[in-house]
Amino acid sequence: MDLNIVWFILITVLFTGFFILEGFDYGVGMMLLGRPKNERSQFVRAIGPVWDGNEVWMITAGGATFAAFPHVYATMFSTFYLALFLMLLALIMRGVAFELRGKFQFADWTNFWDCSIFFGSFVPALLWGVAVTNLLRGVPIDFQMHYVGTFLDLLSPCALLGGIFFVLLFAFHGSNFLLIRIADKGLLEELRKKSLCLGLLTLAAYAVFAGVAFADTDILAKLSTVIFLGLSIAALIASCAGANAGCGCKAFISSTLAIAFLTIGFFTALFPRIMVSSLSPDWSLNIYNAASTPHTLMLMTIAAVIFVPIVLIYQAWTYRVFKERVTPADVHYH
Amino acid sequence: MDALILSRLQFAITTVYHFLFVPVTLGLSIFVALLEMWYINSGSYEERIKLKKLVKFFGTIFLINFAMGVVTGIVQEFHFGMNWSEYARFMGDIFGAPLALEALTAFFIESTFIGLWIFGWDKLNEKLHCLCIWIVAFGSNLSAFWILVANSFMQHPVGYAIEDGRAVMTDFGALVTNPYLFGEYSHTFFAGITTGGFLVIVVSAWKVATDEDSREIFLRTMRRAVLYTLVGVLGVMGSGHMHAQYLAEGNPMKLASFEALWETENPAPFAVVADINQEAGKNDFEILIPNMFTFMVHNSFEGEVKGINDLQREAVEKYGSGYYIPNDVRGMFWSFRAMVGAGGALLLIVLGTGCFVFFCREKIREHLCCLKLMPLLLPIPFIANSAGWYIAEAGRQPWIVVGLQKTAVAVSPNLSAGEVWVTLIGFTAIYLFLAVLAVFTAVMFIRRTHVTEEE
Repeated sequence: MDLNIVWFILITVLFTGFFILEGFDYGVGMMLLGRPKNERSQFVRAIGPVWDGNEVWMITAGGATFAAFPHVYATMFSTFYLALFLMLLALIMRGVAFELRGKFQFADWTNFWDCSIFFGSFVPALLWGVAVTNLLRGVPIDFQMHYVGTFLDLLSPCALLGGIFFVLLFAFHGSNFLLIRIADKGLLEELRKKSLCLGLLTLAAYAVFAGVAFADTDILAKLSTVIFLGLSIAALIASCAGANAGCGCKAFISSTLAIAFLTIGFFTALFPRIMVSSLSPDWSLNIYNAASTPHTLMLMTIAAVIFVPIVLIYQAWTYRVFKERVTPADVHYH
Repeated sequence: MDALILSRLQFAITTVYHFLFVPVTLGLSIFVALLEMWYINSGSYEERIKLKKLVKFFGTIFLINFAMGVVTGIVQEFHFGMNWSEYARFMGDIFGAPLALEALTAFFIESTFIGLWIFGWDKLNEKLHCLCIWIVAFGSNLSAFWILVANSFMQHPVGYAIEDGRAVMTDFGALVTNPYLFGEYSHTFFAGITTGGFLVIVVSAWKVATDEDSREIFLRTMRRAVLYTLVGVLGVMGSGHMHAQYLAEGNPMKLASFEALWETENPAPFAVVADINQEAGKNDFEILIPNMFTFMVHNSFEGEVKGINDLQREAVEKYGSGYYIPNDVRGMFWSFRAMVGAGGALLLIVLGTGCFVFFCREKIREHLCCLKLMPLLLPIPFIANSAGWYIAEAGRQPWIVVGLQKTAVAVSPNLSAGEVWVTLIGFTAIYLFLAVLAVFTAVMFIRRTHVTEEE
């Protein structure tokens, strides 16, 4: 196995970690919609200690892509220019909102920042779905690895469907996270119903998305992809069953697995390509023509082998420190 | 205006904005960690309550600033791919590594342990909790190190080869021991100590003047902050001087540009003020101190300093015809003076404040109005920081990587001016909006929070 394949796997790992961890952060952010202030504060408190660390998974996935596959980084980020601009605005507002929402008690202030958290979670979830779908379908990339389409080309119905699917999936995952983090019994019962509802909607969106993707892409051409996507469906069903039975642990672990299988499935479908050119198969960016030199890949492999496990250990410890469920009395920020 | 100049403007705005918050993070994280050590080592019950409140007080200011720094840092990372794709292709083999290492080794610990620190007051024991903020401080400063590894390569490439039209890394050790990095990192580190420390002085002075209940504790904080800032100011001056001397070999064009020295001279004079005529390649008017520039560079009154016009001729010989002089010599000249002037002013202010809080404590009540006006001085370190980065980056032009790639060819070719206008306006608007809200929040918080021994 050469280093290019190792790095394809590592990028898959980083994106999987990102979608799992930021997935429930985005989901919890979207759950703020339409809830009274006290409940919103509990939701925010549930992810308060961890969201920043989780967001670094995205930054690391981006940085590692830059280091290992610089052409992918260059083409992807310049292709999705306006989409990433919107995502950055959303993430800026969301990040600042967590810090400022509790600083004043008047209602408009909190409402404004909670709106920011909602949009700051919804927009990235939607846009990552759009981006992933576009990666699978391919985008017009010329022989110099330059994007030659427009912004609107990226917003095809299929891509938007992928975006909606991601929104529902992350909302479901976030709702499941709250099932294991909230203490209040009455609120938990409401969340359980919401989880089940979101889970079923996610499954429906998945079915439509898979159908369109099957017609539109070569996603189901590989047996390994079919197996991983099958596993993700099974995990989603198990997650719905967990929510239905009121077992938050089962629901959350299953939706975690569902996101992991889905991400792995997407990457196996792409392999060995990372960005597909819709103009010519020869112009796609793959793990060889887009990669850094073996020297840099080796250096980064050593760094990743040492530091990724360390990160996992101290982040796991953080979740242990904050394992107690959030009560309505916990909402005094700081 | 085309996509290139707009992208440059956007990157400049983002960088300067981001770097308003970064030095505060670098310096204030360490100061808050020191405050927390003061708290856990303190004796009486009343004292402990008061000091814990003090840690949380500056901790909150730190966190508002930290959030602003984090969210704008993400924009920085994305920009390299969004607006500078050809730079990312050319430099990815080298530049990506420190960026990824920053995320893996520094940003992860910073972001994870800040969460533990904010929410862990009742869940961790005192020492472990204090360790968390030390880890945050370490992570922030390590993060700055990696970013400056990447930046130093752009200023002074080392440990690389050119293969298939792109720069590839041949020696990672050379990257992290880049002589340029030594001056740049130490200067940035001490600038952080200065900015963070000065912020504490200013906030404390204002609390001393306006909040009688908290006066005593903030007076004590001020004394500590004065010493801390003094270390920073002296360090920033020493490292700056050392780095400028290094530039005489490392990047003489940058050095000659911010001193507006057009012709090679031995000994070279120092221009106090100059009316710079970039087109003619000379100063139309200048006030000179004879021999001074040579003395600053060589520590003696004997020695040659190369001028811009000679360096341009050398560059043409080396790289072929072209204009290799930074296109804003005037801006660099005055930015350098603003930076050094701000640094000198800070030294005097800190020394003056130090005399006041250490030796004239009993007279403080008579001079509260002076302390109350201190917040007006707060922009000084921020002006110095921004001017310093302007010199560093404008002095690199027309190169994006000195000697290897020009800025003009680094921009993403698929971007239209319209697209960059949209993002430029969008980012700038949100930066201004959030700056107003963050400052408002911080000021209101400072106003209404009292640090007393009452629970």
